[in-house]
Amino acid sequence: MYKKKSVNTDIPLKTLREMYLTMLRIRKFEETVASLILKKEIQTPCHLYIGQEAIATGVCTSLRKSDYVFSTHRSHGHYIAKGGDLKKLMAELYCRETGCSYGRGGSMHIADPDIGLPGSSAIVAGTIPLAVGVAYSFFLQKKDNVSVAFFGDGAVGEGVFYESLNLAALKKLPVLFVCENNLFSTHMPISACLANIDIKKTAETFCIPTARVDGNDVQSVYKTAKKMIENARKNKGPAFIECMTYRWYGHVGPNLDIDKGLRSKEELDYWMKRDPIKKLERQMIQQKILTIAKKKVIEEMIKKEIDEAIAFKNKSHSPEKIDIARSVFKEE
Amino acid sequence: MRIIRYSEAINEALHQLLASNKKVFLIGQGVTSPWYVGTTTVGLIDRFGPHRVFDTPVSENAVTGLGVGAALTGMRPIVVHPRMDFMYYAMDQIANQAANWHYMFGGQMSVPITIWGIINRGGEQGAQHSQALQAIFAHIPGLKVVMPSTPYDVKGLLVASVEDDNPVIFIDDRWLYNYEGDVPEELYSIKIGKGIVRRKGKDVTIVATSYMVYKAIEAGKDLEKEGVDVEIIDLRTVKPMDKQLLYNSVKKTKRLVIADASWKTCGIGAEISATIAESKLLTTLKAPIIRITLPDAPAPASSVLEQAYYPESKDIVLAVENLLKYSCDNNEKCDY
Ligand SMILES: Cc1ncc(C[n+]2csc(CCOP(=O)(O)OP(=O)(O)O)c2C)c(N)n1
Repeated sequence: MYKKKSVNTDIPLKTLREMYLTMLRIRKFEETVASLILKKEIQTPCHLYIGQEAIATGVCTSLRKSDYVFSTHRSHGHYIAKGGDLKKLMAELYCRETGCSYGRGGSMHIADPDIGLPGSSAIVAGTIPLAVGVAYSFFLQKKDNVSVAFFGDGAVGEGVFYESLNLAALKKLPVLFVCENNLFSTHMPISACLANIDIKKTAETFCIPTARVDGNDVQSVYKTAKKMIENARKNKGPAFIECMTYRWYGHVGPNLDIDKGLRSKEELDYWMKRDPIKKLERQMIQQKILTIAKKKVIEEMIKKEIDEAIAFKNKSHSPEKIDIARSVFKEE
Repeated sequence: MRIIRYSEAINEALHQLLASNKKVFLIGQGVTSPWYVGTTTVGLIDRFGPHRVFDTPVSENAVTGLGVGAALTGMRPIVVHPRMDFMYYAMDQIANQAANWHYMFGGQMSVPITIWGIINRGGEQGAQHSQALQAIFAHIPGLKVVMPSTPYDVKGLLVASVEDDNPVIFIDDRWLYNYEGDVPEELYSIKIGKGIVRRKGKDVTIVATSYMVYKAIEAGKDLEKEGVDVEIIDLRTVKPMDKQLLYNSVKKTKRLVIADASWKTCGIGAEISATIAESKLLTTLKAPIIRITLPDAPAPASSVLEQAYYPESKDIVLAVENLLKYSCDNNEKCDY
């Protein structure tokens, strides 16, 4: 469906290292979460991001802190890539008062406005028009910020997807639509959901720039997103990027789901061989930007961050029952 | 009769409906999935194929509209929404189209559709995966709303919903799926609009919907130990409401508690209260009416907050005790 492009690394080394770190941070965090779900420590339903790390990372690395991204039920990767605090995320997965949504949201409802993530929604396609709205706000206020809507291929089934693309294109708004096409919507393959599985082509009908990239190649994602984002900043309007990828785990939870007859082990193996982190790592090692020793140091550092996140949640309290109706409205 | 689970009773009703009437079809998300709608649709796809058991993309609005259109031409669609929360996307088709069609054209065409919404809450899922929207649908003219609590009722009311010539919002609750009860093997239907007395009593009437019926029954057992004899009404159909059954009971007990696990303001409890307040029974009440509902807040994720959020039988017990303590002359002792 798409051709792999060879990328010659004209990306600054610092950026490459940063992206490697971010992807690994997401991976290790999610692996930890998976083990904590298996231990029945975490109860809130988690849709793990493992396998898709390059997309959040490539897109968010090309953004400024003051740019906004909206996330979905599969929220952890976007939060981490946009600069979220692992402590607050871990605390939220334990639904503690110190969590990034004060324990009210759980895994599917993650937010930190200070890092430019005003929220993630458990309603498929629910945040796409919100990203358009943020872009409209930037446009009215003559800011050179952009907003990003992350969503899956499943969201292309919802009418609001089309309405949002049209509005953004009509008003030439600074929004980047990022479709993470992991080939599945819950238990259904994309071919059972879409009459036209060429999502990029669907987006083209709105007369906006579109691209399809290897979503497991962080450099492709980064370069394409960066160009589109810079254009959006210059009032050239919205753009659409379809990132081809695969989630390693099942739709929700810590299992691989290959025993349920929904997908084959061969398919999973194929995609695991195309591990986005290994791909960048190999290249960095070849080019001597990364050494095995340095990799160890990075892994140690991430482990420490995750340990600290767990220690933080251990020290944190659950919300108080008395506060059940707190925050329904903003009060003076 | 045999004893089967609530979810099995739904599954059996679906099998029998599809087998006995070629006009019936099932459409919605997850109808072929091993987990999405519990085990309620097991075996359907193999038996009836992908046209009569249509697992859809995430397109609630169009999927519901498809059902409405098919119903207009004589089909008997069952449109399932695996969570009521997703039905907001389908609101136009339900409230503007399906609900109005018969009236708007002077009664020329009806919409015999069953829209099956599942309440799927708890487990730290949070505000967008927890909602119970019976009151919203009951508010809309042209819609019937049923909420079966037992395996017997869920089968009979699903069949009745499909047989009804009007749009019916059929609401079940995943927390009910493992409850067991007697269910006849053959196809049968239960009249929409009829409640049932689950426990006869004389001191206080408890009107409950869906899952709260079981909580009321538990409360009734605890109260019995205290020598309190409650009457429990399972509403079964939220709209049209079985007013006569309410009147008969409240006339006898002169005290009313309502237990419905959706929001309080403008909820089912408000409607029942108003129904009694508008009747001659108002002046015969020995105490104010108490509503046991969710607080007027979205569902929290935290399981600690969930415990505070979802009403339990002890809340009903407390309400009944308060009612009995109440005396019109000396109400300082009372908690409200
Ligand atoms: C409006 C709505 N309908 C249905 C669902 C149930 N649901 C949760 S995720 C999902 C599919 C998502 O697939 P996709 O958008 O491709 O994202 P992915 O899970 O693959 O990341 C569905 C149908 C939902 N959350 N919201």
